[in-house]
Amino acid sequence: MSKRITNAIALGMLWIAALITVAVLGTVIGYVVINGIGELSPRFIFTWPEGVAAEGGVWPTIVSTLYVTALAMVIITPIAILAAVYLAEYAVQGRLVGTIRFAADSLASVPSIVMGLFGLALFVEAAGIGFSMLSAALALSFLMLPIVMRTTEEAIRAVPKYIRWGSYGLGATKWQTVSRIVLPAAMPRIITGIILSTGRAVGETAVVIYTMGQAINLPVSPLDSGRPMTVHLYLLAMEGINLPAAYGTALLLMILILGFNLGARFFLRRNRKV
Amino acid sequence: MALRATPVPDNAPNKITVKELDFFYGDFHALTDITVDIKEKAVTAFIGPSGCGKSTFLRCFNRMNDLIPGARAEGLVSLDGQDIFETGVDPVDLRRRIGMIFQQPNPFPMSIYDNVAFGPRLQGVSKKAELDEIVQHSLERANLWKEVKDILGRGGLTLSGGQQQRLCIARVLAVEPEVMLMDEPCSAIDPTSVQKIEDLMAELKDRITIIIVTHNMQQAARVSDFTAFFLQEVAGDPAILVEYDRTSNLFTSPKDRRTEDYITGRFG
Repeated sequence: MSKRITNAIALGMLWIAALITVAVLGTVIGYVVINGIGELSPRFIFTWPEGVAAEGGVWPTIVSTLYVTALAMVIITPIAILAAVYLAEYAVQGRLVGTIRFAADSLASVPSIVMGLFGLALFVEAAGIGFSMLSAALALSFLMLPIVMRTTEEAIRAVPKYIRWGSYGLGATKWQTVSRIVLPAAMPRIITGIILSTGRAVGETAVVIYTMGQAINLPVSPLDSGRPMTVHLYLLAMEGINLPAAYGTALLLMILILGFNLGARFFLRRNRKV
Repeated sequence: MALRATPVPDNAPNKITVKELDFFYGDFHALTDITVDIKEKAVTAFIGPSGCGKSTFLRCFNRMNDLIPGARAEGLVSLDGQDIFETGVDPVDLRRRIGMIFQQPNPFPMSIYDNVAFGPRLQGVSKKAELDEIVQHSLERANLWKEVKDILGRGGLTLSGGQQQRLCIARVLAVEPEVMLMDEPCSAIDPTSVQKIEDLMAELKDRITIIIVTHNMQQAARVSDFTAFFLQEVAGDPAILVEYDRTSNLFTSPKDRRTEDYITGRFG
């Protein structure tokens, strides 16, 4: 076969593969948008579900989702950043650090339903916290922690060496260099990582179904139970109660996650040039 | 350039003394048997081909090499008679006395003002009036004040390359160092800025000792009072200090054949 034909075939395959990817994404989004757009209204967003078929809105589930996500973020951010600083800046690079990284990566790939089961056993039952925002946030944090830690570590490593040298050259100690130069310089990327992991938490179902409960409730205290959007969506669809509302919820969920992702991009763009 | 008319007297005190220094990166022997006296309030240039250990040697003076795992020095380097490798010497304190300018201008990703105020703040200066004073004075000494006095809040990285390098010089000057190490400070910036930085060196040496590593022999000839020529004769062997003399002597009547070959080879 001539080189030209081989080239054309290879290019064609790449084209088709790319096209399939875009088509799949477009179909999924399109399907949800077409089916859900009719449901979306201020009333749907800001009122409570009513009656046996859960007509009305989804407001308490939105609050539950955002509540648990924010709580998980508050829990993991300091831990993830401190751990990443230790790994990237202080730990002697060797087998131990390699093991810690491998453990973090493995933790990130544990099936979320296993994490949910673990959260149920540890937080809901053994620790006696019960179905609550706190139990769900703690279980979610296990899922988010390795993601945020690894992105933070990458962000710290991406700070150019010569900027650190400038700081050391002025007589800064290691901690002064890390806290005043490296972390601020890495912050846009760290925050991007946090936002992206937040998007993951918003869409998480398996973990929260085991730990937050299912009661439709507007959570106030971290010990209150609730029903996140994903679980609401699951129940509406699987029990055939109200399919249009399920699509509406799905669309809202996608908009929320898209919002987080766009927010992360916007944040990174804006801070790239200081 | 008229500012550097008077030559440094022969009896000028030594700021840094190096005796029989050997330097290693792990198993790699980078420098051997270096002995040199750096005169106070003079500009000393280190020249030599790439990879001859000039920058490595420069980084010994403020123990910047400590940051590289496996790097170690043997021999004596003393600052004002004090051995800098002694256990009691804190490299952090040493680096306040010996500032450093790098090849790549490296402003911190923060405002021009905060860049210059960084060093003083490390040392606990926090009063606004005092910092304002230091920032203005340092930028003036770095000949950058006029260009940035109205944009002090703007990010240091928005400046041009040459301005960034002068900002880095101002940042070093703000901690009042006794010695300034410059590691090829002009290799990444435009010719007009090079001129400004060379003028600046001539002004600064009234008060501080400057050591500059440069690839550019004309630059060494223009700015320095003393020049040291380094050479790694065989790849893999440690580099040596071939010749060290007043710049005027070294460039006009080098004593060593290898020095002559190097400087004439480059000048054509």
